[in-house]
Amino acid sequence: MSAMTPESNHGEDGVKRRDFLYISTAAFGGAGVVAAAWPFVHQMNPSADVLALSSTEVDLSGIEVGQSLTVVWRGKPVFIRHRTPEEIEEARADDAADLPDPQTDAERVIKPEWLVVVGVCTHLGCVPLGQAGDFGGWFCPCHGSHYDTSARIRIGPAPENLIVPPYEFTADTQILIG
Amino acid sequence: MSFQTNNPVIKWVEYRLPIFSFLHHSLVEYPTPRNFNIWYQFGSIAGIILVVQIVTGIVLAMHYTPHVDYAFDSVEHIMRDVNYGWLIRYMHANGASMFFIAVYIHIFRGLYYGSYKAPRELLWMIGLVILLLMMATAFMGYVLPWGQMSFWGATVITNLFSAVPLVGEQIVTWLWGGFSVDNATLNRFYSLHYLLPFVLVGLVVLHLWALHHHGSNNPLGIDAKAPGDKIPFHPYYTVKDLLGFALFGLFFAVFLFYLPNALGHPDNYIPADPLVTPAHIVPEWYFLPFYAILRSVPDKLGGVVLMFGSIFILFLLPWLDTSRVRSAKFRPIYKQFFWIFVIATLALGWAGSQPAEGMALIIARVGTIYYFVHFLVIMPLLGWFERPKPLPKSIAESVLGGGGQAAGAPASPARGKA
Repeated sequence: MSAMTPESNHGEDGVKRRDFLYISTAAFGGAGVVAAAWPFVHQMNPSADVLALSSTEVDLSGIEVGQSLTVVWRGKPVFIRHRTPEEIEEARADDAADLPDPQTDAERVIKPEWLVVVGVCTHLGCVPLGQAGDFGGWFCPCHGSHYDTSARIRIGPAPENLIVPPYEFTADTQILIG
Repeated sequence: MSFQTNNPVIKWVEYRLPIFSFLHHSLVEYPTPRNFNIWYQFGSIAGIILVVQIVTGIVLAMHYTPHVDYAFDSVEHIMRDVNYGWLIRYMHANGASMFFIAVYIHIFRGLYYGSYKAPRELLWMIGLVILLLMMATAFMGYVLPWGQMSFWGATVITNLFSAVPLVGEQIVTWLWGGFSVDNATLNRFYSLHYLLPFVLVGLVVLHLWALHHHGSNNPLGIDAKAPGDKIPFHPYYTVKDLLGFALFGLFFAVFLFYLPNALGHPDNYIPADPLVTPAHIVPEWYFLPFYAILRSVPDKLGGVVLMFGSIFILFLLPWLDTSRVRSAKFRPIYKQFFWIFVIATLALGWAGSQPAEGMALIIARVGTIYYFVHFLVIMPLLGWFERPKPLPKSIAESVLGGGGQAAGAPASPARGKA
């Protein structure tokens, strides 16, 4: 070993063979650290049992026109509202209004009389109060976001409309959320 | 006067691990400026409260259950059934507030006397990291009782990260370990709440190391050079700090025994309900100015950026402040702006406690603008336009009345100087 001093291994460009060894060792070690770190990062993501609870079936037959039901899906409230004809009318009329997060009412419902949205304010996650606020939809008491009858954000700090979760009608008055 | 002993055991240890001379050097002979006033008590007070928090916290952990179904009840079990549980929990809960009171005074002291300036920039920055870590620890601790404010505070604060572009939602899900604040969240907060105070201890050691390397700043803001400028830490400041502990302990005791819930929120005695948000969510008092900044911006990302920016800007302060003079005592204009800044911060705190509308919102917006103007405009410009008063020649001369006012040339901005 002592016979091979690093100086004797200079290339034309001044790069030593030792430099290659240092860099490849560091790269190898670095990749190993990243690979070893991933399980410790990923363990904080939702576990299998949490993911298994990710769909909810709801029977809508008992909800009269003008009534709402709040169900829990993935630990979050989901608002299911049986909208009145006036509310549907208003929501459609506002399609052309000045919307911070433009979406037509038709894009937000499968059947117009049933509005299904995640009841979590898109600002910082509070649960908005139903049939309140300036637009007859929802109002978030935490930081004052107003949502309309299609649960679209109209005024306030929330950047997006209340999220429509993935759902489908499994029967005429039955939906599967998730 | 270096460390001396005739005790053979101490000698034996000292030869192998020079810990006694280290402690003697740091706590006994450590030369300290002779002119500390009352505002220099709060560093050691903060340190002692960190110890109180760790001791009471370890005890509480022996009785607490970090599970969504049991957490609330286990806290009530501590309050009602555990021997002296009420005392220890109230010490811990109010101790958090006392910690912030001490640390905030300590920080304002540093702002007033220019303790963040060369060569103490790193000392200042380590202190800010301590502040950030304290905030994280306090926030996670407040979640553990699993009351309504715990749950919704956790929801709102973790949702701040959803403002991050592109990966915001993934970050929040990762923080929660689910799709909402739930058992996984409670467990990890408990784990981290237990860990972080010990990280704080490590940072405090670094903070003191940096402090002792160049020595403490002092109310005059001038370097201690003359022979009489400094006195040994013991007995002079050990005694002074003990007096500080006693007085602050009385203040603490008033809250602990007579107003144990005054700094908390009654909603947190309602068990967490993921389907009902309390009408008015307020964080603990020590977060209110930052909360006001968050809410003063009518844009989610903008509010979050400004809120974090309000602390990160303090990291730049040593360079934003262009004045060569440290202490506000000799800075007639900065002194006034300092107090306006204090008022602005208190006004922000008040605005943060109110619903974000009307007058409170206006005050929050004015306060937010002023907060940033103070650091980004006033501090850099003052160094150029302010004419400081003449500095005394030495601490000893000033303290002992040697007519220090006449000495020293008016200082100009630090351009070209370190």
